[in-house]
Amino acid sequence: MTAPTQLTQLNATDLAARLAARDVSAREVVDTYLDRIAAVDGVVAEGEVWSAKPADALSPDEPHAYLAVTAAAARAHADDIDARRTAGVELGPLAGVPLALKDVLTMRGAPTTCGSRMLEGWVPPYDATVTERLRAADVVVLGKTNMDEFAMGSSTENSAFGATRNPWDLDRVPGGSSGGSAAAVAGLLAPLAIGTDTGGSIRQPAALTGLVGAKPTYGTMSRYGLVAFASSLDQAGPFARTVEDAARLQAATWGHDPRDATSVPGAVPDLLSGLTDGVAGMRIGVVRELQGEGYEPGVEAVFAAALDRLSDLGAEIVEVSLPHAAYGLPAYYLIAPSEASSNLARFDGVRYGLRVDAATAEEMNAATRAAGFGPEVKRRIMIGTHALSSGYYDAYYLQASKVRTLIAEDFRAAFDDVDALVSPTSPSVAFRLGDKTADPMAMYLNDVATVPASLAGIPALSLPAGLAPAPDDDASALPVGLQVMAPLKRDEVMYRLGYALEQATGFAALPTGPRAVTTQEVS
Amino acid sequence: MALSEQEVRHVARLARLALTDEEVAALAPQLSSILGYAEQVGEVAAEAVEPTTHPFALADVTRADESAPSLTRDALLAGAPAVEQDRFAVPRIVAEEG
Repeated sequence: MTAPTQLTQLNATDLAARLAARDVSAREVVDTYLDRIAAVDGVVAEGEVWSAKPADALSPDEPHAYLAVTAAAARAHADDIDARRTAGVELGPLAGVPLALKDVLTMRGAPTTCGSRMLEGWVPPYDATVTERLRAADVVVLGKTNMDEFAMGSSTENSAFGATRNPWDLDRVPGGSSGGSAAAVAGLLAPLAIGTDTGGSIRQPAALTGLVGAKPTYGTMSRYGLVAFASSLDQAGPFARTVEDAARLQAATWGHDPRDATSVPGAVPDLLSGLTDGVAGMRIGVVRELQGEGYEPGVEAVFAAALDRLSDLGAEIVEVSLPHAAYGLPAYYLIAPSEASSNLARFDGVRYGLRVDAATAEEMNAATRAAGFGPEVKRRIMIGTHALSSGYYDAYYLQASKVRTLIAEDFRAAFDDVDALVSPTSPSVAFRLGDKTADPMAMYLNDVATVPASLAGIPALSLPAGLAPAPDDDASALPVGLQVMAPLKRDEVMYRLGYALEQATGFAALPTGPRAVTTQEVS
Repeated sequence: MALSEQEVRHVARLARLALTDEEVAALAPQLSSILGYAEQVGEVAAEAVEPTTHPFALADVTRADESAPSLTRDALLAGAPAVEQDRFAVPRIVAEEG
């Protein structure tokens, strides 16, 4: 039997193989992870659903990846998987592998807060489609992960329940908004996680924590049960320690869902059969507009070295221009808040969540929303409400939606010439907690390289390309992500490229450094 | 564009947000800065361009008109802050006459 000390370091594909060979039981795997979460993450390990400690009781040594740990349900699911495996029932390829679920996706019997006081204590009466498909694949959900409130942020500091910390350096942010999911996988608190990505909320935290993270083609991951931020952009997607793991998790959860009216009908491509085919002969475009000013020198050096590796592997590297990419971030910060202001109107103190009593319904609505939403959510609701209001709609939302068309056309034209596009995922390595909280615009610039693909709806993946020092600490070595973008519904291309680069890079997804989370076993 | 505190209060009313004076004072310059940045989209000549809201041209998405199991009333009311007679309860909406 595998020693528990090594279990949490196994990637999902290797863990699944051990489970299938019955070297280890699903229950042993779940218990090992629960023990480590109880020891390391800052939860109160009591009852059927464990809660995170209150924000002011958290230690700076705790990543705070989880808001809730569904311990009893995870153990019961694991026991059920083991019983069926013993009975000779054929199980799915990821059966028994644990997973951390971003707290923006509903799961029956577990709280869904979206990182907000507005939904504190709310237990949804239904499963998201993604949750349902994970269950069908016998992936065991360990718990719900911390996030920027309603997925608005790039550092997970906007959670109402305290910030998540980066397992590579606990004084730095894990990125966001899916920072809890990233910290769970990077911190050996789950081998897999699901996040959601609206403008980079999977790819940027994956980059900052040394993980693989993917935003599938818009419309291929069901949004049913995903609490909406910006409906035309929101997509769930995988976090993993390897490209193959991420591809397996996406394969287990994507595909058409009639319960989501924006879901794209038709079959989705096979992500695994061509995974190891390599990049020889592939034409790869480097996006001219997604580099240079604003990108840290350490990030650019790692990116340049990755391009050399791709070239050595037989890919042809060419420079490509996306003339409207520079307008991606301005367009995003009109479109996403506009859609958010509309979507978050549902939090009115009537059907679920918080209510602050007042004499009239309108006063109750306004008082409830004032008390329930944090500063960033209020800011975005205000931007969106203004951008959609009479007299401003044409210049703001409509104009941004037209620019969005031009960005999508830039990508289409580029993909006539190249098979895939690459850029750094984030202009910076992980920054320190508090560094960017005072200036909303500085925080928004984290999304500059990820937003164009979001607006075009194309699939994009981030994988670790190496380590670089932070500008404020020459001795540090922090993960740098490379972003791969592929044409619509050609998600298999980004995985194939990512796999080839990953093999050539040899990055070990195990946090190191003086302030890294402990990677030692706990039992 | 620069947003005045009066305009911030107007937008807050539309958004049903009861902001404090401190929040209004902080938001006016922040929103002005963010909108000033976002206004760059106006530099793009896009009069004849169709707006995009979905990367695939889906239209009139329908489902078969068949009944299927749905959530029970009790399950849906269970998360509500106030319930009366199997309904969501809210404070009065129309002012009393008088």
